Amino acid sequence: MKIRFVLPLFFFLSIAFILWRGLSLHPNEIPSPFINKAAPNMALHSLFDTKRIVQNSDFKNKVTLVNVWATWCYACALEHTMLMRIASDNVVNLMGVDYKDNPISARTWLKEKGNPYQLVALDPAGDAAIDWGVYGTPETFIIDKKGLVRYKHIGPITADVWQQQLKPLIDTLQNEAS
Amino acid sequence: MKKIMLCLLLCIIPVSYGADDVYHFSTGEQQSRFHSLTSQLRCLVCQNQNLAESNASLANDLREQIYQQILHQKNDQQIIDYMVARYGDFILYNPPLNYATLGLWFGPLLFLVFGLGYLLFYLQKHSQRESHL
Repeated sequence: MKIRFVLPLFFFLSIAFILWRGLSLHPNEIPSPFINKAAPNMALHSLFDTKRIVQNSDFKNKVTLVNVWATWCYACALEHTMLMRIASDNVVNLMGVDYKDNPISARTWLKEKGNPYQLVALDPAGDAAIDWGVYGTPETFIIDKKGLVRYKHIGPITADVWQQQLKPLIDTLQNEAS
Repeated sequence: MKKIMLCLLLCIIPVSYGADDVYHFSTGEQQSRFHSLTSQLRCLVCQNQNLAESNASLANDLREQIYQQILHQKNDQQIIDYMVARYGDFILYNPPLNYATLGLWFGPLLFLVFGLGYLLFYLQKHSQRESHL
């Protein structure tokens, strides 16, 4: 007899739990298969010196934040101010990958707004981005001293993301042996 | 009336055949592999579409990758492995069985068992009540 009252309540609670969980899920953030694996190889021309080839050896023994961006990407413009602040903190090596972009507009953008990156690589066809599993800009990878991908952030880096996730991780990675 | 019907028909046909004009294959087998691969891989930008349906620029790039790899004699498994290595299992519409997908594979079975159990319980109770009358 009692089960007639308990059962609907049980169903209600389980559906409520599933829906409540759904509120904090981000199905559009696809987990990267590269976490704790070696960063995929890249060989791209540098934005400011097109004769120079940017390779993984460029971030060897340095904790590096690899930021995939483009001038046509709206969220990248929002993120840029945050990247400038990160650069001024001087706690991490910043590397940019300019994704499917016009190099001239990229150079102008960095001249006008300021350049947070130590090095910017050009990925005009988006091939390197596919190798890195990028599916939208901006995306950010944190690479440790051994060259392993330790974290991927999808979407712009906000002050919260920096303070709560990226900065603490970078601090620990800086203390690891290379 | 017939003319109107014909016009309507003509409106439908180009839509369904227009999409793969860009990719030329030497054999029909390659063409059908291209179709099957692009329809079983997910577009990561607009997640409820497959690579064949999506117009997103990334979907276009990945279609081009698949096309090139088919031309370079890669087999289906190699192409799927290439995609999974970069984008993870998420790119597959047919997810592999592992710890993370246990619920996905066996959840429906659990519901079925639960439902059947309740049904049996309910029927039994009813037949008991009827036999009392």
